[in-house]
Amino acid sequence: MLYREAGQFKTTYIRDQELFPVKQDRWGIFVIIGFSFIIVPLIANDYWLQAILIPFLIYSLSALGLNLLTGYAGQLSLGTGGFMAVGAYACYKLVTVFPETNVIILILISGLFSAGIGLIFGIPSLRIKGFYLAVATLAAQFFFEWLFGRVQWFYNYNNSGAIEVPVRNFFDIAVTGPTATTQARYMVVLCIVTVLALVAVNLVRGRIGRAWMAIRDMDIAAELIGIRPFPTKLIAFAISSYYAGVAGALFVFTYLGSAEVEVFDINMSFEILFMVIIGGLGSISGAFLGAAFIVLIPILITNLPLILGIPINSATVEHFNFMILGALIVLFLIFEPHGLAKIWSIVREKLRAWPFPY
Amino acid sequence: MKNKYFLTLIASVITFVWLSQGIMAAKGIYVPLFTYRTGAYAGSGIPNANGMSDYLNMLNERDGGIGGVPIIVEECETGYNTKKGVECYERIKQKNPVVINPYSTGITLQLIPKSPVDKIPVHSMGYGLSAAADGSVFPWVFNYPSTYWNQASAIIKYIGYQEGGMSNLRGKKIGFIYLESGYGREPIPLFEQLSSELGFKLFKIAVAGKEMQNQSSHWLKVRKEKPDWMIMWGWGAMNPTAIKEATRIKFNMEKFVGVWWSGGEDDARPAGKAAKGYKSANFHGIGTNYPAVQDILKYVVDKGKSQVKDRARVGENFYMRGVFNSVLVAEAIRTAQGKFGNRVISSEEMRWGMENLNLTSARLAEIGLPGFANPIKVSCDDHANNGPIFIQQWNGTSWERVSGWINSMDRVRPMLEKAAADYKAKNSVPDRTIPCS
Repeated sequence: MLYREAGQFKTTYIRDQELFPVKQDRWGIFVIIGFSFIIVPLIANDYWLQAILIPFLIYSLSALGLNLLTGYAGQLSLGTGGFMAVGAYACYKLVTVFPETNVIILILISGLFSAGIGLIFGIPSLRIKGFYLAVATLAAQFFFEWLFGRVQWFYNYNNSGAIEVPVRNFFDIAVTGPTATTQARYMVVLCIVTVLALVAVNLVRGRIGRAWMAIRDMDIAAELIGIRPFPTKLIAFAISSYYAGVAGALFVFTYLGSAEVEVFDINMSFEILFMVIIGGLGSISGAFLGAAFIVLIPILITNLPLILGIPINSATVEHFNFMILGALIVLFLIFEPHGLAKIWSIVREKLRAWPFPY
Repeated sequence: MKNKYFLTLIASVITFVWLSQGIMAAKGIYVPLFTYRTGAYAGSGIPNANGMSDYLNMLNERDGGIGGVPIIVEECETGYNTKKGVECYERIKQKNPVVINPYSTGITLQLIPKSPVDKIPVHSMGYGLSAAADGSVFPWVFNYPSTYWNQASAIIKYIGYQEGGMSNLRGKKIGFIYLESGYGREPIPLFEQLSSELGFKLFKIAVAGKEMQNQSSHWLKVRKEKPDWMIMWGWGAMNPTAIKEATRIKFNMEKFVGVWWSGGEDDARPAGKAAKGYKSANFHGIGTNYPAVQDILKYVVDKGKSQVKDRARVGENFYMRGVFNSVLVAEAIRTAQGKFGNRVISSEEMRWGMENLNLTSARLAEIGLPGFANPIKVSCDDHANNGPIFIQQWNGTSWERVSGWINSMDRVRPMLEKAAADYKAKNSVPDRTIPCS
């Protein structure tokens, strides 16, 4: 009923090739985008924007990047934290070297540095696969943690060893640094994430995305039908790292405000990998669902006793947090190994057939 | 199944509505405590957290708060994780906190630029950014009673005394083992400066957070380098591991000095008798022989209102550090109330109270902590009080004070000012507009 497609005829090829061919999907996306652009900044307070939505969007972007690499191109990577650090430090250097340039352009450019690094660390992917590749990308993780911690040039010889985000304006509105309002930061993150997500949706259904999936499903077969594995895998690494780099820059510039390299540790890489797996490998919406799961559930668990007025000390809640989140991850993987995106698609199929499932 | 989804939906809507509203009308002075009773640093974090909340709760139980106004104490679990710190900060920000005690240098660094914007003072007691001592650049940040740089210079001074004079430091080799984080890196600029001025050789060993419980390779390096002295800037599980490894390579424990955060009973105890002789810096007393601590036992611990599991742990070093932190917060509130009246003060009034804090020996005795610490006088320019430290030594079962108060070197203050000016230039911090009075 809700999802009835009857009567939606495609009369032109352009209509047939739309991103969201079903009218309900299309309108759903418009509503979500409209809601997040117009309603959310009006009603959400600082806590919601700064502690929940901004990290959620940034993690989504990073998970999206990893999903392109792992979910679509089938290359397992544990170096996401390292690539994010490259983006963050590149952005910091760029912003301090070119203080006059628009910070949003610099955030987007810093992704290119990370893409270049991703290319280099992607080279082993031609020779090795699976777990072995994961170990090779792990090298990126450890190398960059070491590099940005030890080489003072990267953090401009600050005494604190941390990178501190200066105030930068975008047409007279501060968007980074301490004086930027949370609304301004949120809008920056939202715009970048929306654009990059749309790019990703287009990418995966085009020639590149199909080549990735062919490589993922069977690389020898892909080679036989004329897909060159080396450039295809490298492009996957570059684009994925670009997303991670932009996410890393946003993470420091709009979320933390000041960071040491320790925030991009191996746990970050694992968290993002979990988001991809829980959200659903090989699905764009899965990246968002997975990020929502990993970012929001702990916050919900932390806040629940406060809301219900249960007097419980914060450390106990934190212990519960670990247990509940861990249990949920295991349960999800048992009941739906294909992730939250698969659950959504099952629900969607049911809705399409409803009320006559036969 | 459907019901379940529905319930989840309702729960999330309620959450949204609840969180969107400013929550909780202030009925007292809201003092949030950032604590970590979980994670790899819990070993140091738990006694600290207990001390902090127990003292404030004792004031509530015994005196009904400060100046008749109850204190609302709330802990927020950070796990020593900067990302969780952001979440905590944003959550408590809505409830009008008078002061933030981040208890992590990483979180402090993050809050420093936010403090003048949100107008919430940050008190990083003996940690955080040393340069914050310069009140003209950091009007909202306080790190009294002392900074890392003061402490580092005092430790070098102590080593100099032991060697029979500062000139004897020339040619000596001093090892510096530190936790690889903002906290551990903090004193390096000072050590480097002193090393070139005094002529001792400095060699640094960084211990990454993830390998802090596996330091055998680090200490092998120490054995190879044969330093005359070792200085440690460790925290959490790094401390006991380092002390154990030092005993394993048979390093002379008399010549191993820890920062004031490496001086917990639990840091030295696991290494057993071999740890005897290990030294650490400190700036306050230890033990339960203070009337105020007796009150904590009487009003809080014995009534089961504390999270301390074992009564014997009250009075240990990190517990007392927490108590001291809360004493400083309480005294700043009192100072502010002295000017603005006995009511719920605002964070701006609290800032004034912190800047005008004058904790004399007489006052310490009055609140039941005679001789507990060196007097503290904060001023508009000096937010760190340049406090002296003393050295304590582990005798196998407890800490013993082995030195008098050691003042920091005179050259530290100009360096702090230089670092503050550097921070100001790099981050284009505006000039202080808050009047000094």
